[in-house]
Amino acid sequence: MAQAQVKSDALAARIAGLTLDEKGWLGRARREALARLTSMGLPVRRDEYWRYTDPSSLTVPAPIPAATFDAGDEAPLFDGIERVKLVFVDGVFDAAQSDAPELAGVEIHRLTEAGATDLHWARDLYGVLEARGQVPVVRPLAALGSAFATDGILIRVTGKAAKPVALIYHHQSETSDAILHHCVKLEEGAELTLLESGPAAARFTKVVEVDVAEGARFHHIRAQGRDHERRANTHIFARVGAGALFKSFTLTANGRLTRNEAVIELVGDEAVAHVAGAAVGDGDFHHDDTVFVTHAAERCESRQVFKKVLKNGAVGVFQGKILVKPGAQKTDGYQISQSLLLDEDSQFLAKPELEIYADDVKCSHGSTSGAIDETALFYLQSRGVPKKIATSLLVLAFLAEAIAEVEDEAIAEDIRQRLENWLSRHEG
Amino acid sequence: MLEIKNLHVKLEEEDKVILRGVDLAVKAGEVHAIMGPNGSGKSTLSYVLAGREGYEVTEGSATLEGAELLEMEPEERAAAGLFLAFQYPVEIPGVGNMTFLRTAVNAQRKARGEEELSAGDFLKVVREKAKALKIDSDMLKRPVNVGFSGGEKKRNEILQMAMLEPKMCILDETDSGLDVDAMKLVSDGVNALRDAGRAFLVITHYQRLLDHIKPDVVHIMAAGRIVKTGGPELALEVEHNGYADILAEVK
Repeated sequence: MAQAQVKSDALAARIAGLTLDEKGWLGRARREALARLTSMGLPVRRDEYWRYTDPSSLTVPAPIPAATFDAGDEAPLFDGIERVKLVFVDGVFDAAQSDAPELAGVEIHRLTEAGATDLHWARDLYGVLEARGQVPVVRPLAALGSAFATDGILIRVTGKAAKPVALIYHHQSETSDAILHHCVKLEEGAELTLLESGPAAARFTKVVEVDVAEGARFHHIRAQGRDHERRANTHIFARVGAGALFKSFTLTANGRLTRNEAVIELVGDEAVAHVAGAAVGDGDFHHDDTVFVTHAAERCESRQVFKKVLKNGAVGVFQGKILVKPGAQKTDGYQISQSLLLDEDSQFLAKPELEIYADDVKCSHGSTSGAIDETALFYLQSRGVPKKIATSLLVLAFLAEAIAEVEDEAIAEDIRQRLENWLSRHEG
Repeated sequence: MLEIKNLHVKLEEEDKVILRGVDLAVKAGEVHAIMGPNGSGKSTLSYVLAGREGYEVTEGSATLEGAELLEMEPEERAAAGLFLAFQYPVEIPGVGNMTFLRTAVNAQRKARGEEELSAGDFLKVVREKAKALKIDSDMLKRPVNVGFSGGEKKRNEILQMAMLEPKMCILDETDSGLDVDAMKLVSDGVNALRDAGRAFLVITHYQRLLDHIKPDVVHIMAAGRIVKTGGPELALEVEHNGYADILAEVK
């Protein structure tokens, strides 16, 4: 009882300064989200799901200030790619910096203007996947995002998008506290690549709901920005239909605290979902990947590939679950989480889980942490490769399986290059 | 070319002495073989020369063309012209064989102040040399040694040697795990590299490799020392009578 009170008091304090936009259909969805949130309260360290990550800086009423960051001469990721840019500054959409939201086969709406319009497809999606994702584990910060998002983008894809939609998040104020909520609906056979990049704010709370209908294909690639002091809790909820594809990859370099949750439900036969991440941290860095994949149909495939490189006391967390529901026969589930610890001060905490209620499935999971392979390092050096380059080659090799989840070769190469740059900045 | 004087080596972690005063001189153009029973220190000698960690040199020196090897990093030794073909070539998942070769070749060229090979030139050379060793393009594309058979790994070592064109080549039990055909292929690869400016130190248990790679000098190593040196006939003697006679004679 005492803990429930703590959670509900924390919630009251957290939302005291926030306003719930009551307008239209969106207002109803927000009120329902608030009702869910009120029944849960905010997470505390004593919750099993937050055992390895302290949620307090994500739940306190005012964010801990975070200095903005100058990336120097490193161009922002995806810069060379032709795309429809939608820019947010400290969590507020900036039309002046954005491209016109026009792309054949794609409808783009701003969340703040959507409440007044009857977008039936968005009405059936906003807060809906988030609500489904509250079982069996509650995710209060996702409900907070549905209830109090101050901005966001609603995207409906009816054809094959000729270029990606790119959400770019600038962080300008040291005390910004951004709450965003996006929805993406891919109709049957539609295709879209969604890019996300940038730190967004001192504290970033974000929810993305993605509904991938039968035969549709969704690619998601994101980079979370190099700010050292930023904090973020992000959720991506996905429902993947028959024969559809969902692929999500996240690159995280730096950040004081990041918790990325992915909640994916394979609801149609032969659906495919891959979720992957490469995270590198040096020093005051805490990165948590929490993933929950549900197989609810036959012959579906899921892959979770999470790799972390940690040094100087950096902390990595992985909580990943594959749930195979009764009847989800011929499931092919794979999960790997690995950390490369570059010194003895860093740590990796992993909780891989399988829960299977069907008898004809193939599921595997593995979790390891280890140091650089000294034998391989010597082998490379003995061929004349200097230790620094050899180390960098081995670290990139360690991350390769995660980066391989990025299908676009140019983007994958760009990501490799950035990781190489990061390694050369964090040598020794 | 290679001159080892009174080399004493112990394991860093424990107080175990492995080499107890090795003396050896290999001239340019020569092929020397080292034979010896298990545990005599043959592989340790090769690792110490290549610069592997975990060993402590307590006395002595090893020079390559007059330069002290033991003070160099492993990559500096490689750039100076030393090459060790590993008894157990290391698998490196995630690093493509081709990337590995090009990185190595260009790192050495850079260290020597030479211009790096262009991607096109590199490809041409590597294809030609791989063909001679019957290494197909699939093996070049795969991660270094991952999923290679024993014979493929050894051929891959010789390919690296051919690409890096070292002056002093040490072959550590390159014949282990090879069938007759693979041994011929590997030996042909080695023999193709023999020339007046290059020397070889071939470490082996068996005389049969020396039928293919004909040595000028054969050394017998036991208990951390070279105990006997002779011509190719010494290897035949070992093959027929084992080490017991020689060791007894030395004692």
